[in-house]
Amino acid sequence: MTHTDEWPLWEVFVRSKAGLDHKHCGSLHATDAKLAVQLARDVYTRRQEGVSVWVVRSDQIVASDPADKGMNFDPMEDKVYRHPTFYELPAAVDHM
Amino acid sequence: MYTQAMDTMGREPVEGNSGIRSATDQRMEEAFEQRIDAGDFIEAKDWMPEHYRKTLVRQISQHAHSEIVGMLPEGNWISRAPTLKRKAILLAKVQDEGGHGLYLYAAAETLGTSRDQLLDALHSGRAKYSSIFNYPTLNWADIGTIGWLVDGAAIMNQVPICRCSYAPYARAMIRICREESFHQRQGYDALLTMMTKGTPAQRAMVQDAVNRWWWPSVMMFGPPDDQSPNSAQSMRWGIKRVSNDALRQKFIDATVEQAKVLGVTLPDPDLRWNETRQSYDHGAIDWSEFWAVVGGDGACNRERLAARVQAWEDGQWVREAAVAHARKHDLKEAA
Repeated sequence: MTHTDEWPLWEVFVRSKAGLDHKHCGSLHATDAKLAVQLARDVYTRRQEGVSVWVVRSDQIVASDPADKGMNFDPMEDKVYRHPTFYELPAAVDHM
Repeated sequence: MYTQAMDTMGREPVEGNSGIRSATDQRMEEAFEQRIDAGDFIEAKDWMPEHYRKTLVRQISQHAHSEIVGMLPEGNWISRAPTLKRKAILLAKVQDEGGHGLYLYAAAETLGTSRDQLLDALHSGRAKYSSIFNYPTLNWADIGTIGWLVDGAAIMNQVPICRCSYAPYARAMIRICREESFHQRQGYDALLTMMTKGTPAQRAMVQDAVNRWWWPSVMMFGPPDDQSPNSAQSMRWGIKRVSNDALRQKFIDATVEQAKVLGVTLPDPDLRWNETRQSYDHGAIDWSEFWAVVGGDGACNRERLAARVQAWEDGQWVREAAVAHARKHDLKEAA
């Protein structure tokens, strides 16, 4: 098989049990969505790791640039007032 | 399953350190080193030095190849397993190895090398895999012994890699280690059954298998620390966390006790408890055998590689058919 014929890459997300989020758990190569779901089931749920899988073509994922990490996420560092622990309330009502 | 300390390949030329770097690269590299020193994890899209990338591609792909080639010696016994229970267990184990290979190939691919390039390196003989798989599986006790000793050694090697600085590799290793414990325990269980319920001939088979697999297992940790030139760099970069000799000692100390419970001896007359070191001393390791097997002259090197290449070629039509099927459906949807 030549390089250009390599099966496309898919990202696999597994829901470990009802009520929880699907979580990224790995990737695999498959020719189409149906095969990707089948292979994800074979590879990532051999020990009851999940009750549902999502697959998505890796080239369809848009991600933030790691180089922009500071610009994107650091400003939140000095916004402590966004957290409930910032507010000191009288003991009588502190469980709110 | 099985990584042999992959910096064994210290005999390969050290690539990537040309010594000439631009000012930007130098600044990036300093920032990278700081992240490593701070215990930060590196992700696929993060900047990394070329040498770090190459070292990882080599180590992770060799590890992946080992999982895949490692299916062969055990696959040999699937149709010969003594009971249905043992056959189901062995099938599950061999399927795990295929899965481990896949997790690891996927981790290596995040570094920008394609699956086809990785497989081509294996099939053309350019890439290495753990030399342990170039030994034959001669009797049923070999399967139990592989689980106990070979997977046991692999676990010792692999647990520290769960903390590898390259996060996709570390994540793959966490999943692998979780599954690996079953491999070792089923092996020991199979041997224990033969030793406690078997005939004298079956007990002799276990001892014979242990005699043959002991030294190759001890060698899986790679050459002594003073002969592993790549180790220091890998340790500094957090790719490797514990040295070959330290891991080997840990494996020996754990295994001696397990051998006693099993009722077998280990084929090393110099193996004895050292009160000062609180560890077992062991006899000299025959590294010439190790290098001969790594170099291609083990009992099964040619057979293993030929079996891999044939499996790949025999699967060609399946891969092509799957691609053709997907294209046909794409066209239908477009129409």
